[in-house]
Amino acid sequence: MLLAGGQGSRLYALTNNIAKPAVPFGAKYRIIDFPLSNCINSGIDTVGVLTQYQPLMLNEYIGNGQPWDLDRNFGGVHILSPYQKKSKSAWYEGTANAIYQNLNFIKMYNPEYVLILSGDHIYKMDYSKMLRAHIETGADCTIAAIEVPLKEASRFGILNTNPDGSIYEFEEKPKQPKSTLASMGVYIFTAEKMYTYLEADENDPDSSKDFGKNVLPAMLNAGEKMFAYRFEGYWKDVGTVSSLWEANMDLLGEDPAFDVGDQHWKIHSRNPLAPPEYMGENAVVKNSMVALGCEIYGTVENSVLSSNVVVEEGATVKDAVIMSGTVVKSGARVSYSIVDEDVVIEEGAAVGEDKETAKGIAVLGRNISVGKKASVAAGNIVDKNIAEGEEA
Amino acid sequence: MSAIGVIFSNIHDDNIPELSQRRTMGSLPYGGRYRLIDFALSNLVNSGVTTVGIITKNNYQSLMDHLGSGKDWDLARKTGGLILLPPFGARNGDGLYKNRLEALKGITGFLNRRNEDYAVLCDCDGVYRMDLSAVIDYHEAKQADITLVCHNEEIANSSNYTTVKTDEDGRITDIKINETVRGCEKFYSNIMIVGRQFLLSLIEDAVAHGYKSFREDIIMRRIKSLKIYAYDFEGYHATIDSLASYFRHNMELLQKPVRDELFGARDIYTKVRDSAPSKYGDASQVKNSLISDGCIVEGTVENSILFRGVKVGKGTAVRNSIVMQDTVIGDNVSLDYVITDKNVVIRDRRVLAGCDVQPYFLSKGTMI
Repeated sequence: MLLAGGQGSRLYALTNNIAKPAVPFGAKYRIIDFPLSNCINSGIDTVGVLTQYQPLMLNEYIGNGQPWDLDRNFGGVHILSPYQKKSKSAWYEGTANAIYQNLNFIKMYNPEYVLILSGDHIYKMDYSKMLRAHIETGADCTIAAIEVPLKEASRFGILNTNPDGSIYEFEEKPKQPKSTLASMGVYIFTAEKMYTYLEADENDPDSSKDFGKNVLPAMLNAGEKMFAYRFEGYWKDVGTVSSLWEANMDLLGEDPAFDVGDQHWKIHSRNPLAPPEYMGENAVVKNSMVALGCEIYGTVENSVLSSNVVVEEGATVKDAVIMSGTVVKSGARVSYSIVDEDVVIEEGAAVGEDKETAKGIAVLGRNISVGKKASVAAGNIVDKNIAEGEEA
Repeated sequence: MSAIGVIFSNIHDDNIPELSQRRTMGSLPYGGRYRLIDFALSNLVNSGVTTVGIITKNNYQSLMDHLGSGKDWDLARKTGGLILLPPFGARNGDGLYKNRLEALKGITGFLNRRNEDYAVLCDCDGVYRMDLSAVIDYHEAKQADITLVCHNEEIANSSNYTTVKTDEDGRITDIKINETVRGCEKFYSNIMIVGRQFLLSLIEDAVAHGYKSFREDIIMRRIKSLKIYAYDFEGYHATIDSLASYFRHNMELLQKPVRDELFGARDIYTKVRDSAPSKYGDASQVKNSLISDGCIVEGTVENSILFRGVKVGKGTAVRNSIVMQDTVIGDNVSLDYVITDKNVVIRDRRVLAGCDVQPYFLSKGTMI
């Protein structure tokens, strides 16, 4: 069960019209490709995707699930939106409530175990190993966990564990974390236990109906067997502009922090329908990732370019993430920025500032234009057209 | 109007023995991420033809791998869709056909079961983007029995072409097959529109007469009695009839007008492989080249076409070359006018060169 209803408000202009899991990542992917690919690569072929905020793009993208081999006669991928019920109708009120409202869907398949995922992380993980651990420990709930730096620990749900991996304490975003083992928002429940606790949580008027805040602590307090499953590998929450930028940069280099080209763990996605990228006579492309259909005549350094991006002669793109269909015209300069889809950056415009001196990442929302010789200052977030010569 | 498509995947295999030794002409890799059949298939689909039979003979494993269920061309359908027509596929076929007529005889069952008005017959030796529904409109307007798509092309010296002469109305008055030609002529593009029922009657009649050749015995013999029209295709059309023309036409894709015409509408479909986007290293220098997905480029690439999953090592220079999918080129290698087939491995410090009219060719899976 993939929770994909989040707005992703800390991505600002990038999620004005789309849900966070639909945000493009890594030149050809969208964030949701990672949990979906992990599912199919782990042998999980029945997936419910819970959507709520701006689901149009996400629904369109997932379609019948064919790109992930999830178009099945039995199981496959299902989009689960909030729906009208006989007695009352309600939006999803929290992660636990969202699953609660879809218990009928889960019970239709009569599973022994239920895997809960969130659609806003970039990672490659074999859930089948975690499931094996869940079965071996005889746990009622297993929580995937990763070591995080101490200074970041208070952003996460922190697990305090015994030497055997069993959890004795769960702290949601603690000010003074006792450990640095953070929950990844990936849970496996023994199905019957989950049904019991979700129903109890639903009937608790004081609950905020959230797994991390309510359901998991309730299970722990009741003495259920809960284990942490330690995950070692790359895992990144891309819920902020800077973490989204960093995760994109992690794909670059000879020995990248995160390798999307791994033949043994393919990341499946809808593929752009485009010819190979073309590099012009005077193109300079260094330490970058470039997707199909791009036409590069200018300079591209330390950047990630999605399909059908055009960088005209004399234009420079540096330390930037540029999404599909954007055009950077002659003499324009884009530095330390994230530029959404179908943006036109006119001649001589300047977006962002040098990474070394900039105070932040400039962000341009989708389908806008930046006029000739206009400029966007470092760290600014823009979702409206910028007129010729204007400074934003 | 309604039409079915029939694609001959093998017919021109003998023209490029180097590349078609282990595959059909239809599955010949082209333009960085395509196979030749993608052009015929995409044109049919984009023209509203959604039932396409593909005639195969031998060597069609790679073609089947490429086509799968046909979903990448939107041809995985309950009604119609992609239908492979292998030899020995029908009771009335004689197995391995020797010519186009025998091939058609083997698929009369397929032709009979459909109820579309027309059949569009295409070979796999052309690279073009064409609205075939306009050709069918022309066929109807002329009340033609058969319409042959033709194009004008500048030929250095080849005998693999069929030349066509017409009157002012476009009706074909003369056809010459495999004449040695030099210079610019009107050529048959190996795309034909014919009524489906009429085609069946032509096949039946030809078989009854013991005819051997579709072109000679059906078309040329009846050039006066049948209304055979030429449809002049004005757009870009490349005929792949030799290794040299394969090389030359691939290189034409480095010209923006050619790319824009073929790919501008983004509707030439191909099998997707879920490759990662290509990566360019700190020392990469890529100029005037087409690079497909899944490549890792650490060296220099100029005036070249890299297919999917190619690796170019450090200090390596690839110039004027076509490098097919999953080829691995080591460090400090120099390639100039080289065509590598799939899965070639070139170890460090090798130097290989051909020339523009005779590129040096490395067959599938070679290790140097």
